Amino acid sequence: MVKLRIDDTDVEVEAGSSVLQACEKAGREIPHFCYHERLSVAGNCRMCLVEIEKAPKPIASCAYPVAEGMVVRTDTQVVRQARRGVMEFLLINHPLDCPICDQGGQCDLQDQSYAYGMDHSRYAENKRAVKDKYLGPLVKTVMTRCIQCTRCIRFATEIAGVPELGATARGENMEVGTYVEHALTSELSGNMIDICPVGALTNKPGAFVARPWELKHTESVDALDAVGTPIRVDVRGLEVLQILPGVNDEINDEWLGDKSRFSVDGLKRRRLDRPWVRQDGKLRPASWQEAFNAIAARLGGVPAARIGAVAGDLCDGESMMALKDLMAAFGSSNLDCRQDGAKLDASRRDFYLFNSTIAGLDVADAILLVGTNPRREAPILNARIRKRWLATSGRLPIGIIGSATDLTYKAENLGANAGLLASLGERAPDFFSRMQDAERPMVVVGQSALARDDGNSVLADAWDLAKTIGALQDEWHGFNVLHTAASRVCALDLGFMPGPGAIDFDAMVDGGVDLLWLLGADEFDTRRIGPHTFVVYQGHHGDKGAARADVVLPGAAYTEKDGTYVNMEGRVQHGYRALFAPGEAREDWRIIRAFSSVAGRPLPYDDIDGVRARMAAVNPVLGRTGLQRFGCSDLSGPCPQLGREHATDSQIGELVADYYLTNPISRASPTMAECSRIAPAALAQPALPIAAE
Amino acid sequence: MLQDCDRIFTNLYGQHDWRLAGARSRGDWDKTAEILLRGRDAIIDEMKASGLRGRGGAGFPTGMKWSFMPKVSDGRPAYLVVNADESEPGTCKDRDIMRHDPHKLIEGCLIASFAMGSHAAYIYIRGEYYNEHINLQAAIDEAYAAGLIGRNACGSGWDLDVYLHRGAGAYICGEETALLESLEGKKGMPRLKPPFPAAVGLYGCPTTVNNVETIAAAPEILRRGSAWFSALGRPKNAGTKIFCISGHVNKPCNVEEELGIPLRELIEQYAGGVRGGWNNLLAVIPGGSSVPLLPKSICDTVLMDFDSLRDVKSGLGTAGVIVMDKSTDVVRAIARLAQFYKHESCGQCTPCREGTGWMMRVMYRLVEGRAESAEIDMLEQVTRQVEGHTICALGDAAAWPIQGLIRHFRPVIEERIAAYRAGPRVATPVNLPLAAE
Repeated sequence: MVKLRIDDTDVEVEAGSSVLQACEKAGREIPHFCYHERLSVAGNCRMCLVEIEKAPKPIASCAYPVAEGMVVRTDTQVVRQARRGVMEFLLINHPLDCPICDQGGQCDLQDQSYAYGMDHSRYAENKRAVKDKYLGPLVKTVMTRCIQCTRCIRFATEIAGVPELGATARGENMEVGTYVEHALTSELSGNMIDICPVGALTNKPGAFVARPWELKHTESVDALDAVGTPIRVDVRGLEVLQILPGVNDEINDEWLGDKSRFSVDGLKRRRLDRPWVRQDGKLRPASWQEAFNAIAARLGGVPAARIGAVAGDLCDGESMMALKDLMAAFGSSNLDCRQDGAKLDASRRDFYLFNSTIAGLDVADAILLVGTNPRREAPILNARIRKRWLATSGRLPIGIIGSATDLTYKAENLGANAGLLASLGERAPDFFSRMQDAERPMVVVGQSALARDDGNSVLADAWDLAKTIGALQDEWHGFNVLHTAASRVCALDLGFMPGPGAIDFDAMVDGGVDLLWLLGADEFDTRRIGPHTFVVYQGHHGDKGAARADVVLPGAAYTEKDGTYVNMEGRVQHGYRALFAPGEAREDWRIIRAFSSVAGRPLPYDDIDGVRARMAAVNPVLGRTGLQRFGCSDLSGPCPQLGREHATDSQIGELVADYYLTNPISRASPTMAECSRIAPAALAQPALPIAAE
Repeated sequence: MLQDCDRIFTNLYGQHDWRLAGARSRGDWDKTAEILLRGRDAIIDEMKASGLRGRGGAGFPTGMKWSFMPKVSDGRPAYLVVNADESEPGTCKDRDIMRHDPHKLIEGCLIASFAMGSHAAYIYIRGEYYNEHINLQAAIDEAYAAGLIGRNACGSGWDLDVYLHRGAGAYICGEETALLESLEGKKGMPRLKPPFPAAVGLYGCPTTVNNVETIAAAPEILRRGSAWFSALGRPKNAGTKIFCISGHVNKPCNVEEELGIPLRELIEQYAGGVRGGWNNLLAVIPGGSSVPLLPKSICDTVLMDFDSLRDVKSGLGTAGVIVMDKSTDVVRAIARLAQFYKHESCGQCTPCREGTGWMMRVMYRLVEGRAESAEIDMLEQVTRQVEGHTICALGDAAAWPIQGLIRHFRPVIEERIAAYRAGPRVATPVNLPLAAE
């Protein structure tokens, strides 16, 4: 720790901190543009100048290391003059278009010009104009506004791992761009909009739509992947206008994937805003009563074993709880949440969680990725791996079993065969020994590796491998399952799985049931459902499931309901309603509760607290938000009942072929469609066939 | 006046053979191994005692700079980098060293590398110095062939490799950290300091960057002794220095002289005097384009060394003496320099990026007189806003010439403005073309 004096305050900060950090600790706000706490230091904007005793000239506080006994002055005449000078320089070539600039109201330059700007301009020359650059369908550029802080360049190079941006030319002709114009190939490009301190990079799909002060903010949780990224949903009237990342150092730092950010226009399109009932082969609009009656009528006479329910990928815990209880009321335990057919063992929680936790990636010292492409399945988590890889100067051993390539960090491809897991020691001895030498190694198993006929063996083999290399310790749990669906872990926690003697997803859709209740389940080929199965589709988008349905019940999207989500780490989080669902659509658990009354078997709760109490009763973990960390105390592996067949030596495919189009909301979004059309191979490519199919 | 026997650069004019044989006949590579055998500390102490100050412009004591290098390596190699990116307008001293006396530089590289524990020396030569790079490379090859550098250099037991790297023509790459960036293959943009190159330099390793003239002078200083060197010149401004005299003089030339020689003597003795006589002198830029100019009244008496020039609010810089006689449009001359700095600003820091363009535009309006009188003060203030607020010294270098102009030639500018305001300009001064226009 280093002691220093800032103005009249004594502070103590860690050695190696910058003066700016020390000033912030002392409660002095230092204006800055180029400095960003999660990026490398550039020190080029010169706004953060402060005076240090005995230094001949003011120093850039963001780049200057603290020293014992240093005396810093942040508010002297010299400092103010310097900052005013820098502000004047920044403004002489900055357009005065704040009234038509989308950054207006949330602009660092605008804010700080109130403190350090002049009331008039002394610059009598012509202003510079810079040609706008094309950076793809998400990021709009107005390069004349650029103040060359290079935050976007550093973000692309360091965080996103796509070193595509740079500065060309020099002096006042310096321009930020891609040199040869092309769309950014990053799945994190939207974050550049957030970190741009001015209006040079703005939200292209959301251009000229709203002012920041018109928006109502709601803190919630992202449901488009299983990371559980905190988000802020910004609403005006009946429209979600933008989704921005929240900050949680244990999950996302402050980043958000492009899909989660830019799918908002999908929330307005293809919505189910009223019930529909199939009559004479065609869906017709209906009232809630008609829809409920149609289902109740069909239910009569169907034996319990011929009723089934499937939960989709975006479901909240409450609706799954209600649906499970409804099915139980009818005597059925034909439940499943695994449309991808992943073989998961829900008997113990650490068999299906990302046990090392996302923050745990920051201390991992060897990572094996099995059948997962984190860049497509969980970009935030991928960025976290890259962060760790950079922190180890690229020495972090990362191995891939599977077909993932181009993950923005160097990873050794060990082969694509699932059989490698059981024989890694013989077939990849170098990597195996590096895993063994590691103190905190991680084995990460993706859904692609589990969605195979021998998925159970893959799971068990992976567990055994983790055990062999010493990843299962009291303080460190190195066995991880990487999920792609936001609902999956909560569904497993609730036991939304086939009960004893019940049938699973494949059997249900392949004709095993007469009445199939699809709760937002769209991620499978609905043509598999036999012609005689009566399908109830409850969801918010007119996607594949609704097209096949006999009764459509309009539900609420994740922005339109209070809901419980459990991310892949097992972190229980609550999302909050930012606006009401359109038309007659309702929150999903209420729909099921209402139907239970119509069907004469009312569920025992009437408000969300009741549902949550029921959830906590089913699984106490769900009774508290947050994350419980744990090591591994029980080494016995998953799927013991299956004997010990090793996974077969067949290729692991890739389930998520297209990062941008994984759910009904994104598929309804024109922005995502455009992204998908021009996506680089790393983010969207034709799916490899899954060998086991 | 410097005695011939005290000259370091004895082939400055290229009258003799520049190759190894010629260099040896002038005393280069003479008992170099013995110098090395004195040991690191002895060499550095000798350099400190000699009072040699860096010849690249800033005048930092060389011995002290060498002593900043880690005495014991932490596993990282150390590097010597020689700054041969001589781009300062009005300066051409290193050029003559490299083409006429390259072995002095190479011998200096060996000694300096040894003194700072480095086995590799990089010479970053200005890209435009094509012929100089041919000569220098030939000299390096000769030195390798003769066993003077390379493995067991001069039989001293010290290994040294010398690499010559050509720049691509950016002025900013003469700034030491921008030079290192450029040498690493990146865009030439100065780095933040601290960390200083002696701690984190080339490829993240301890590095010292020295000017060509500094390094080339070192062997002679060590051979003749610090007492000889420090006896030349003035206190704290010891030794000899190559002055490059250009502009409105009868015989522009490079000349090696003692520091502290009166400016007038320098010009009249060596450059054949000011065109049209001393009284025709208007102003002199004494140290390359980056330092403020001096009007004749100061030139009459000023001494040419670091401290004397600093006392008259100018600087010795690279000792590129640019002489302007009374035919010069001094406003336009400084405007041309402002244009140079605007063109060469790397664009990293806000004040320099935006300020150099602003200053240039105002300067060109002042050339015509198309401005308000108040804008002179505003321009002065803008230069103050640039000066000292940037990562490297290019911002300062862009500001100082304009400050010098306003300090000494304000009436000229005001006259220009008044004339413009008076309406159609009848007696337009004949604009003589400036060099490089």
